[in-house]
Amino acid sequence: MNILLVPRPPSRLREVAMPFLAVLASLVICSGLILLAGVNPLRAFAIMFEAALGGRFEVTETLVRAAPMVLTGLAALVALRARFWNIGGEGQLLVGAMAAAWVGALTWLPQILLVPGMLLAAALAGALLCALPAVLKTRFQVDEVVSTLMLNFIVMFLMMALLSGPWKDPVSGWTDSPDILRAAEFPILLAGTRLHLGVLVALGAVIAVGVLMKYTTFGFSVRLVGENANAARYAGWSMSRVIVLVALLSGAMAGLAGAGEVGGVQFQAIASISAGYGYAGLVVAMLARLSAIGIIPAALFLAIIGTGADEMSRETGVPYFIADAVQGISLIAVLIAIALARHRIRILRTPRRKQQT
Amino acid sequence: MNVLDLFLDAGFLAAAVRLAIPLVLGTLSELLAERSGVLNLGIEGMMLAGALAGFAIAFGTGSLWLGVLGAILIGALLGLGLAVLVVVLRLDQTVAGLGLTIAVTGLVFFAYRLVFSDSDAQISVTTFKTVPVPILSDIPLLGPMLFDQYALTYCTYGLVVALTVFLFRTPAGLALRTVGENPLAAVSAGISPIRVRILALMAAGALAGLAGAYLNLAAFGSFTFGIVAGRGWICLALVVLGRWHPVNCLAAALLFGAVDAMQLRLQSSGIIDLPYQLFLVLPYLATLIALVFNARSAPGPAALLKPYNPEER
Repeated sequence: MNILLVPRPPSRLREVAMPFLAVLASLVICSGLILLAGVNPLRAFAIMFEAALGGRFEVTETLVRAAPMVLTGLAALVALRARFWNIGGEGQLLVGAMAAAWVGALTWLPQILLVPGMLLAAALAGALLCALPAVLKTRFQVDEVVSTLMLNFIVMFLMMALLSGPWKDPVSGWTDSPDILRAAEFPILLAGTRLHLGVLVALGAVIAVGVLMKYTTFGFSVRLVGENANAARYAGWSMSRVIVLVALLSGAMAGLAGAGEVGGVQFQAIASISAGYGYAGLVVAMLARLSAIGIIPAALFLAIIGTGADEMSRETGVPYFIADAVQGISLIAVLIAIALARHRIRILRTPRRKQQT
Repeated sequence: MNVLDLFLDAGFLAAAVRLAIPLVLGTLSELLAERSGVLNLGIEGMMLAGALAGFAIAFGTGSLWLGVLGAILIGALLGLGLAVLVVVLRLDQTVAGLGLTIAVTGLVFFAYRLVFSDSDAQISVTTFKTVPVPILSDIPLLGPMLFDQYALTYCTYGLVVALTVFLFRTPAGLALRTVGENPLAAVSAGISPIRVRILALMAAGALAGLAGAYLNLAAFGSFTFGIVAGRGWICLALVVLGRWHPVNCLAAALLFGAVDAMQLRLQSSGIIDLPYQLFLVLPYLATLIALVFNARSAPGPAALLKPYNPEER
């Protein structure tokens, strides 16, 4: 048996339409799940839409939820462009959150420096954590898929140890860090909502990464390394250096996501601060087809599903987990869609033999 | 009380083996997939699906063995699904595997809530009973540790032996390893890498499903959202630690089981005044260090992560 993927002629239309078809397909599957739960899908979608986009407050809540996924999405995008499989976004987000919570509680720091200090510390912490697997890869040929995954768990457990040990909240006795100072809480952009500085940071990061990848020699070298390592080498780029730089940038983005959650939402570090944003970042990056500007609609889509599913589950009893399912299904759907946009499948019964020469 | 006393009794050793068995099964699953050249990041989802399927079927029919069978089947089905993505469509193995885990995790939790939402009582099944092996279980220390266990545990010992023989002593095993090292060489020997990888992934899925079923039909007796809790990911690490060999993988898994059991003991004994999570870090840290030392000497199957394209020759 042999299964061939026959390339199709390139089509701009198909390339652009496919992600949308994929999202549509995952929503159809999602309707099926809602039906299984005994609820009318149209009603469920109406509730989700209303909860996520129905008014000024709802929209800002969705934006607040999208912000960390924009940043982890960028983290994944930068890494995947260079074929550096950073699936450690979750851990990098967590160290970012810890660094931000630490700086945010420093009483000796001038108040004006608290917020920038938190952002800087979080980016630095994430960057350094991500640089470790990059160095291990370039120096010792350690596969980064496993090493970044291991680091997620190492960081998670160390954080939990920290939170139930030295950082245990002295006021409540809960296993979460002391609150950050009032002056360290991120400024609110729109009165009466939770729309915080972190959302603006995420937006700025999209622009920065977009420009960096498209218009700078660094972006060009990343593309070379990702597409053809040999070409990059001939063009005079040290592959190791590019990979380490990519890892630093990728980790910094994920770290910033952690800072946003601490400074803008929780005001302390808690073990459940991430809600899987690190892994969601990979979904976002793939839905965006690794385009920086595409990160925004992709993250918004997941945020809408998330906030919407919260409310839908409260009102109709459809389990909230449908949001997680949609996340995974849309990722798989978009992967399939991309493959089918470029290829047709042909199954041959007997393997084709190459002509002996 | 001496700290060492905590760990030198039969109860502790038996617990270590009990906790290690799902890891052994999961590791064998991952080993099989990776030896054929496919990294299976869907393993975490497959284990979870096996856990729920096993539990739901055992709960519904009252037969634990039917539950085990169901878990194996659902695992194999998911393995086939992953094969369609990464072998047929040649999608990136990392992203597709993660996607499978994310999707399956969501679907499993969704299904659990849907099926078991009405009952307030703790829903559980009566787990498998341990079956002591006559004579062998009377050996001091080692007897209760290895031979006063569940039937599934003995099956697992058998699987380690069977897989070792299969991989290194049979033509089919050689074919599988060849596909994982050099698919083109396999083709010239008349082997279809596509077929081998599809079958390997289905078998890997079946083993992962079995690992999940063990978790609630033998170990816990009920389904919780944290039932797999990263055990699938640990198996990825164990394959590396065990250098892609079933027997070494068994040893690595037993070591992890011991650390897990130790951590539980320390947590309940209160002897050491340290957050218990620090001990949970150890296995992952050990893996990371082992990765560094192993990377050059035992880099794993050469064709791992590389999709096979029949037209590239």
